[in-house]
Amino acid sequence: MKVLLKDVNLFSPDQNIDENSTSVLLEDGIISEIGGIKTNDANVYELSGKYVLPGFFDMHVHLREPGREDEETVITGSNAAANGGFTGIACMPNTKPAIDSAEVVNFIKEQANNHLVDVYPVGAATVGREGEVLSPIAELAEAGAVGLSDDGVAIKTASILRKVLEYSQMYNLPVIEHCEDESLADGAMNEGVNSTMLGLPPLPSVAEDLVVSRDMQVAQYTGGVVHIAHISTKNAVQFVREAKSKGIIVTAEVTPHHFTLTDEAVKSYDTNYKMNPPLRTQEDVDAMIEALKNGTIDCIASDHAPHSIEEKEQEFQYAPNGILGLETIVGITLSELYHKKVLTLKDIVEKLSVNPRRILNLSPIKLSVGEKANFTILDLDAVWTVDISKFKSKSRNSPFDKKLLSGKSVGVINNSKMFYNNEFINI
Amino acid sequence: MPLSSRHLLGLQGVPKEDIELILDTAHTFREVLDRPIKKVPTLQGKTIVNLFYEDSTRTRISFELAEKRLSADTVNFSVSTSSVKKGESLKDTIKNVEAMKVDMIIIRHSAAGTPYYLTKICDSNIINAGDGIHEHPTQALLDLYSIKERFGKLKGLKVCIVGDISHSRVALSNIFGLKTMGVKVSVCGPATMIPKRIEELGVDVIYNIDEAIRENDILNVLRIQLERKAGEAFPSLREYAKYFGITKERLDKNGKNILILHPGPINRGVEISSEVADGSDQIILNQVTNGVAVRMAVLYLLGTLN
Repeated sequence: MKVLLKDVNLFSPDQNIDENSTSVLLEDGIISEIGGIKTNDANVYELSGKYVLPGFFDMHVHLREPGREDEETVITGSNAAANGGFTGIACMPNTKPAIDSAEVVNFIKEQANNHLVDVYPVGAATVGREGEVLSPIAELAEAGAVGLSDDGVAIKTASILRKVLEYSQMYNLPVIEHCEDESLADGAMNEGVNSTMLGLPPLPSVAEDLVVSRDMQVAQYTGGVVHIAHISTKNAVQFVREAKSKGIIVTAEVTPHHFTLTDEAVKSYDTNYKMNPPLRTQEDVDAMIEALKNGTIDCIASDHAPHSIEEKEQEFQYAPNGILGLETIVGITLSELYHKKVLTLKDIVEKLSVNPRRILNLSPIKLSVGEKANFTILDLDAVWTVDISKFKSKSRNSPFDKKLLSGKSVGVINNSKMFYNNEFINI
Repeated sequence: MPLSSRHLLGLQGVPKEDIELILDTAHTFREVLDRPIKKVPTLQGKTIVNLFYEDSTRTRISFELAEKRLSADTVNFSVSTSSVKKGESLKDTIKNVEAMKVDMIIIRHSAAGTPYYLTKICDSNIINAGDGIHEHPTQALLDLYSIKERFGKLKGLKVCIVGDISHSRVALSNIFGLKTMGVKVSVCGPATMIPKRIEELGVDVIYNIDEAIRENDILNVLRIQLERKAGEAFPSLREYAKYFGITKERLDKNGKNILILHPGPINRGVEISSEVADGSDQIILNQVTNGVAVRMAVLYLLGTLN
């Protein structure tokens, strides 16, 4: 089947491609021609002014399958990813059972088979994410896990972290760390004047700082590769910056909520503002923005965390942590970073496509003739309102409902499939 | 002038006029309590549910008496006898209670913000009887009433709240209420029991109890929760009593006739000695009596608003 993407801006900063008002012809999902194309047997998509970019990748997603299929499945999560503008995602191992065996990796890959969105499981670093026994890392790698993490918690002790960082190097797997000191981590919101005023159990920022600092030092000692998940404090960002300047192999991601919201939002006691790490202060948000600009933070990830309505709709301190992200991350990133001139489109392509793929050792996407089409198509100026009832995700726990955003994904293409106008089409 | 809100969720943001109205109304009801027949027909026909998700003796009895003295119909619901044990969600419980046509809900709950959440899911007037470590507004109002009863005013006085400020809803409500009324507020306790950045609420932090006694007109002494693990927030009860306990010797040493409030229940010999607690003043028991009057005032003002 032939598809013509007409009158698009083709932009792939990695390859120095920046062509305005060109056209791209796809044949059976492969890029067959770029330029002023004349064809009369292709399905034509008039995309004047839209940007065709290397497919976006969200490296921090919770798919809940196996175990909590009532909240999300591999398929519904992948549909949400496509709707949000992603062609690839990495899913975290805190499922039930955890992704701590080749069988679970294979199960997830089978569920994702034939989908437009590529799903890459992250294996548990330790058995059951309990921090006691190394998970079968070689088998996980062989089955296709792209990283290791005990996400939800940090790898429990420095001793087991050291072993994970040593062993993982043999298989080129980054260790993705949820940085939080367990002994300081029994709170429901960021510790500060707002936790004092709201009477909610406080979670101090030093809980994150401590583990980031520990991880940097163990990474340096072992030569292992650490990726800091959902970084959220000013100090943590400073530690990562210093570590990078010392040559320690470390990368970091930030979520849209941590670069846009503060703990002021918790004043509503709305559990859609409850997540871990918790929303921090304006000073921390400013530090996230600065770190996105100066490159300390390598990528933007959603930490998409579906929860059922009944679990979120309870007393704040008893509600589970986490919010949806896949279907709002691109809009928030474009509104808050691109339109406010914090980042350029080139920066955004790096943080949403190039860097996460590089961190997980996935091959770079090429927008060249003969390559498989793996695209995200953006309308940078579309003004739209978030409507959780239209989400493809099975869950509805988003604090961004009814938020007005500028810029969105209008479609994605991958694996000879296209998601456009709210439907999947084989191409 | 009616109250500016149809709920009493806390004292944060409650205007001075509202607090004055409650205290003045409480004064009227305080007189009712000294009559042989301690009952007025004010809330006849109103149904009030006391929803207690946490154990409470005095607050629950105080509310119940206040409701009965206003001739309201009252229903008590406590966690041990409720469907909560069967796993019903808070929302379902509230919806069911409200479907039985109630006018007001008094709620005590271990989770901060629960009374606020109730205002989002039902139409009754909501009164917070203590939510987690957040607020306990009627306790603070009765403290204000008791102070005003003694000094004839609030503005310009100096109050120090002593004890585990971090885990006290009484402290927070007192801070908000007292500040609104022009009282100078400080807190005193071990550093591990003072919440982060509390100075930003406009209170001073004192670590020396003798200084707290010398510098203030009133001490509001909080209960040290014995159920909290000793050794966690302070080394031992013995050390707490020695360095922060209010004893007669300590008061005499600082040569000060200071008013002592205590929200109860008292741990005698820990935060306060029996000699001080039972001193000639009897203010602590007076607080309990005033509590009924203050709660009558709140119930009356909210119950006759709609």
